[in-house]
Amino acid sequence: MRAVSAAETAPTGYAWAVHAEELRVRAGRHLAVDGLDLALGTGVHGLLGPNGAGKTTLMRALATVVKPAGGRLTLLGHAADEHTDLRRVRRGIGYLPQQFGFYPRFTVREFVEYMAWLKEMPKAAIPDAVQRAIDRVGLAAKAGARMKTLSGGMQRRAGIAQAIVNDPSVLLLDEPTVGLDPEQRLEFRELIRDLGVDSCVLVSTHLVEDVAVACTDVVLINEGRLVFQGTPDTLAAYGHEGGAGDSPTERGYSALLRRHRAQEAVR
Amino acid sequence: MTTHPDAALIVGYAAGATDLDEATLWSVEVHLETCAECRARVAGGAPADTLALLDRVATSLSVEIESGPSPARRARTWSAARRRWMVWSLLPWLSMTAGLLVTALLLETAMPALPSVVLLIAPVAPLPAVAAAWSRRHDPAWELIAGTPAAGLTMLLRRTLGVLLVAVPLLALAGLGAGAPVALTLVPCLAFTAATIALGAVIGVRRAAAGLAGAWVLAVLTPSLITEDLPVLLRPDSLGVWVLVTVAMAGLALTRADSFRRLSSTN
Repeated sequence: MRAVSAAETAPTGYAWAVHAEELRVRAGRHLAVDGLDLALGTGVHGLLGPNGAGKTTLMRALATVVKPAGGRLTLLGHAADEHTDLRRVRRGIGYLPQQFGFYPRFTVREFVEYMAWLKEMPKAAIPDAVQRAIDRVGLAAKAGARMKTLSGGMQRRAGIAQAIVNDPSVLLLDEPTVGLDPEQRLEFRELIRDLGVDSCVLVSTHLVEDVAVACTDVVLINEGRLVFQGTPDTLAAYGHEGGAGDSPTERGYSALLRRHRAQEAVR
Repeated sequence: MTTHPDAALIVGYAAGATDLDEATLWSVEVHLETCAECRARVAGGAPADTLALLDRVATSLSVEIESGPSPARRARTWSAARRRWMVWSLLPWLSMTAGLLVTALLLETAMPALPSVVLLIAPVAPLPAVAAAWSRRHDPAWELIAGTPAAGLTMLLRRTLGVLLVAVPLLALAGLGAGAPVALTLVPCLAFTAATIALGAVIGVRRAAAGLAGAWVLAVLTPSLITEDLPVLLRPDSLGVWVLVTVAMAGLALTRADSFRRLSSTN
């Protein structure tokens, strides 16, 4: 338990934590996100889409790592384009990249501390926040181990720990479940459900069943455009139209994609 | 907040009275969070057996703490400073600078007919490390760092300062070893570093470093080695020009601070 300050319970001044209008983002020369409209509020949102759909590029743009090529992007009520102070926006963001690099000689605790410092957290709050983040991802026993000695799944969890260390209002996790064993995936689902209670969590994944059970909302994109946004149940309902897959959600996923591809081909 | 709960209520609260309704309990608790005076009254108002129990716990706890291992003290301040100012990935580039200077020094002693090679190489010696300090390729954690509020000109300057803290003493030593004026080895080096950052705001730090170093080598270093004559730029009269250039370039870089918020692919 920790004390909740008045600032944390104050109402926000914006309707959507993440709001993209006609967003276009380049990956190299290719326009990987092409006119995407997206509005995300509090809750856990699963980002689905085939390889090359623009998921990672979208995540990078939302994390303010790359500059959008066009459109409007509003994060936590602030425009996230040029001429704005990105610092304030970035303090409220947690981000786990798909290929996340780290300094191999750092211990888990040093790594998370370093990231907390880069996120400009108050110095006095850092040790507690770091310990809490490491505890939440279940790495407390390995906190003193160097990053290079950890297994892939543990490194991934250390990555999740650095993403959540600043209690972000927008948490962006790109393929967080890669390398986690089934038990850890269950714990991870529990963790993001917990985080999604009061923040906007966007999880990009290929595992449709993760989305079906852990997410309150599904975002399906293909070729840089929004195909579907709705609850996992609505997605599963599309599965009745037919489509390949073993579960209703998977069938819904493939049915929607097929329909979208057919529509694009007509255009 | 202004009225303190009356004494009977406090005594009842301290004794864990069951006849207090929840609303009263909450208001007492909220008041206690902010009022040290009333907390003291709660401590004093507890029943005798509770006080005895607390005493017993306190005594046994202090015995345990006395007999247990003393808390481990970690020497963290130095390692934290080292992590922040000097990223490990810069080490190879700094050793390159050192190697360059040693070679120049050897060349100078071996071939006294040539103009001072140390002087000629000094302006561009730290540029490889400066380029690597702000680069997608050479920082494994670039994607994590680029999304943090601390990313920006301040971070680039801090890393550049880290490079200079190593490079400047090396240059001074090499200058002394070669018998060249120390100011003429250091000031051009600072001017080139500032120019790299200023130009880097427009075309990316890596390109700026490569361009400036290339231009120097082609336009000044090679001709003066061929003609065996020290260029006007590196004679003592030019020192004022170098100082002016340094100040101008540093000022220019500061006005372009916003360009460094994102780590673009040109870096």
